[in-house]
Amino acid sequence: MLGYLVRRLISAVLVLALVSIAVFALFTYGPRDPAESMCPESHCTAQRLESIRENLGLDRPFFTQYGEYMKGIVAGREINVGTKNPIECDVPCFGRSFKYGVNVWDYLKPRMPATFSVAIGGAVFFLVIGLSFGVFAARRRGTLADRGIVGVSLLINAIPYYLLALIAYLYLVSKFGLFPDSGYVPFTDNPGKWLYALLLPWLCLGLTYSTQYARFSRGSMIEALSDDYVRTARAKGLAQRTVVFRHALRVAIVPIVTIFGLDLATLLAGTIFTEQIFGVQGMGLANLQAINIGDLPIIEATVLIAAFFVVASNVIVDLLYSVLDPRVRLA
Amino acid sequence: MTSLSKTPDFSTASPSSGDEPFLVVDDLTVKFPTADGLVNAVTNLSYAVELGKTLGIVGESGSGKSVSSMAVLGLHDARTSRITGSIRVGGQEVVGLSEGRLQRLRGNEVAMIFQDALAALHPYYKVGGQLAEAYLAHHPKASKRDAHRRAVEMLDRVGIPQPDMRAKDYPHQFSGGMRQRVMIAMSLINDPKLLIADEPTTALDVTVQAQILDLLQDLQREFNSAIIMITHDLGVVAEMADDVMVMYGGRAVEQGPAKEILVRPEMPYTWGLLSSIPDVDADVDARLVPIPGNPPSLLNPPSGCAFHPRCPHVDKVPGNLCSTELPDLLPARSGPDHLKRCHLVDPSAVYQTEVLPEIAPDLVEEN
Repeated sequence: MLGYLVRRLISAVLVLALVSIAVFALFTYGPRDPAESMCPESHCTAQRLESIRENLGLDRPFFTQYGEYMKGIVAGREINVGTKNPIECDVPCFGRSFKYGVNVWDYLKPRMPATFSVAIGGAVFFLVIGLSFGVFAARRRGTLADRGIVGVSLLINAIPYYLLALIAYLYLVSKFGLFPDSGYVPFTDNPGKWLYALLLPWLCLGLTYSTQYARFSRGSMIEALSDDYVRTARAKGLAQRTVVFRHALRVAIVPIVTIFGLDLATLLAGTIFTEQIFGVQGMGLANLQAINIGDLPIIEATVLIAAFFVVASNVIVDLLYSVLDPRVRLA
Repeated sequence: MTSLSKTPDFSTASPSSGDEPFLVVDDLTVKFPTADGLVNAVTNLSYAVELGKTLGIVGESGSGKSVSSMAVLGLHDARTSRITGSIRVGGQEVVGLSEGRLQRLRGNEVAMIFQDALAALHPYYKVGGQLAEAYLAHHPKASKRDAHRRAVEMLDRVGIPQPDMRAKDYPHQFSGGMRQRVMIAMSLINDPKLLIADEPTTALDVTVQAQILDLLQDLQREFNSAIIMITHDLGVVAEMADDVMVMYGGRAVEQGPAKEILVRPEMPYTWGLLSSIPDVDADVDARLVPIPGNPPSLLNPPSGCAFHPRCPHVDKVPGNLCSTELPDLLPARSGPDHLKRCHLVDPSAVYQTEVLPEIAPDLVEEN
C-alpha cells in the first residue's frame, strides 16, 4: 500500500513536470512575445523592448528560465522589475502579472474560494440529482417514467450549458428577480447570502451535469440489478430497499466515482461560463480575462493549477478504488 | 453406469407432518412477455416434495428447471412475468403473495443455493457480514454480535477451517469449494425447511463436488429439510435424489422415484440424457451418444411433443401423432408413481432392445 502510494505520487509529479515544461515551452516559443505585451504600444521603442527582455530574463537559456520558475513555485524567489529593487515572491511563486503588477498567486488565491464554492456545491447537486434519477429509472426500467427520465435528460443535455445558464440568468435573475444579482458573497461575510447567491449557479451546473450522471448511473445500476448477488440478496429475504441500495448501488457507484473525480477536478480549476454569466470572480474568470489581455504568467499558473487538480483527483480516485472494491489490490 | 445403479439413500425418510407434502406445486405455468412474443418458460408443472426428501430436477439449459424453482421463492418480477397455478409452501400459497410476505418466506422457510458462488456472493462484503445479514433479516431482535456468532457457527458447521478468521475474508479470497460451502452456510443459517440447490456443484471439480454433495446429505439428515436439487447431471441425481423430474421445453416429460426412472426410463429424452453421461468404469464398447439437435425454442415451441424434432423413435408411433398431439403425462407400465409423456406404445421394449445395448452392454446380459 505504501509502496504503491509512493510510486503513484512519483508518477504524478513526473506528469506535472512534463505538463509544466510543455506549458512553459508553449509560452516561451509561442506567437506572443511576453516583452511586447508589457511594452505600452505608444512608447515602445526597440531599446525599451530589449531592456524589458533583459529584466524578465527572457534572453537567458530556456531551462535556466524554467528552472527559476519551478524553483519559485516550490521555494519562492525574487523578481526583477525594471530598475527598482527586486520584489519578494513567496511560495508558491507563479511569477508576476504583466498587467496588474502583482504576484500571480496573490491575484489568484483570493479567487479560489469562489470557484471552489461553485464547483463543490454544483458537484453535490449533480451527483445527488443524477444518482437519484438514475437509480429511480433503473428500478423502473422500460416503464413510462424510465423513458421520460432518459428523454428529458437527453433534451437537457442537448442544450449548450452557456445557453441554459444564460436563460436562467436572464429570466430568473434579471426579469423575475427570484435570485440575487450579487455575484459571489464570501461565506465568511454572510453565509446566508453566500448560499442564496450560489443557489442558481449550483442548480444550472447540477441540471446540466446530472443528465450525464443519471444516464450513466441508470446503466450501471441496471447492470448491477441483473447480477447474481442481487438475486442472492433477494433470495435471502432482504427488504427491497436494502437490496437496491446496500447491494446493487454499492457496486454500481464504483465506475461513477471515476468520472466524478475528473469532473470535479475540471470544475475546481475554473467554471468559466458560470463565473462569467453569474459574475463570480473566480479562477475561471481570471483565466478568461488573462487570455483576453495576454497576461502570460496568469495563464501559465491557471493551466498548471488545472493540471494539478486533474492529476491529484486521479491519484485520489485510484486510492479510493481500493477502498470501494476489496478485490483491487494496491501493489 | 455403476454410479447410476447405486441405491438412493432412504435413511433420511421421515413421515411428513400435516396432510400434504411441505412443497406442493400444482399446474404451475410461467410465461415471460417479451418484445418477440410470449416465452413459455414453464408449462403445467406439478410436483411435490416432502420434508427429509430430495427431488432431483433434471434437464438441459432452458428447460425451465431454474425458472420453476425461482417461482417457489417468488423471485420473478410481477411486471415481467405471468405466473398461474399454485405453489404451496407449508400450506401457504406463494403465487400472488405480497412482496412483504414473500420476504418473510425467502431465506427463512425456503432458501436457495446458487450455481456460481463467486458471482452469487456480494463481491464487496465480508462473508461473515453477508451471513449475519441473512440471519438478521429474519431475526430482527437479534443483536449484531449474535448474528455474527451464528455466522461463524454456520461456517464451522459446513466445514470451513478457522471460521472466525475466515468470516473476515471476502468471497474472492476463498477457493471454489469453500465458497460453495459459504453459500450453503448462508442458505442454512435460518434453518429453512426447504432448500433449493440450483446446480450447486456445476462449477466445481469432481472431488470437491462429492464433498459438497456429502455435506448436503449430512445437513439434510441433521435438519430433516426437503431439498430440490436442480442439475443436468444424472450422476448427482443417482447420488442424492429420492424422486426425479425430467424437464424438457418447460414441461415435465418423466417423473417418479429416482430408482425407477434411472433403471426403467420410458421417455426417449431421458434415454438421451442417460446415453450422454461419460463413465470411466463403463465397458469400452459403450458409446457416448449425444442428443442430436438443439433445445426447443420456448417462443415458438414445436407442435405436438416438444422433443419430436430430435427424437429418433418418432417413426415407431403410428401416424404423425408425435408432431401433432402433445402426449399427456400418464402412468408408466411399472406403476402409478412413474409418469411419462410419450406416445410410444411399448417404450420399455424399445429401451431394452435398442437403447440399453448401446449405452450399457453389460447390463443387457444380466437381464
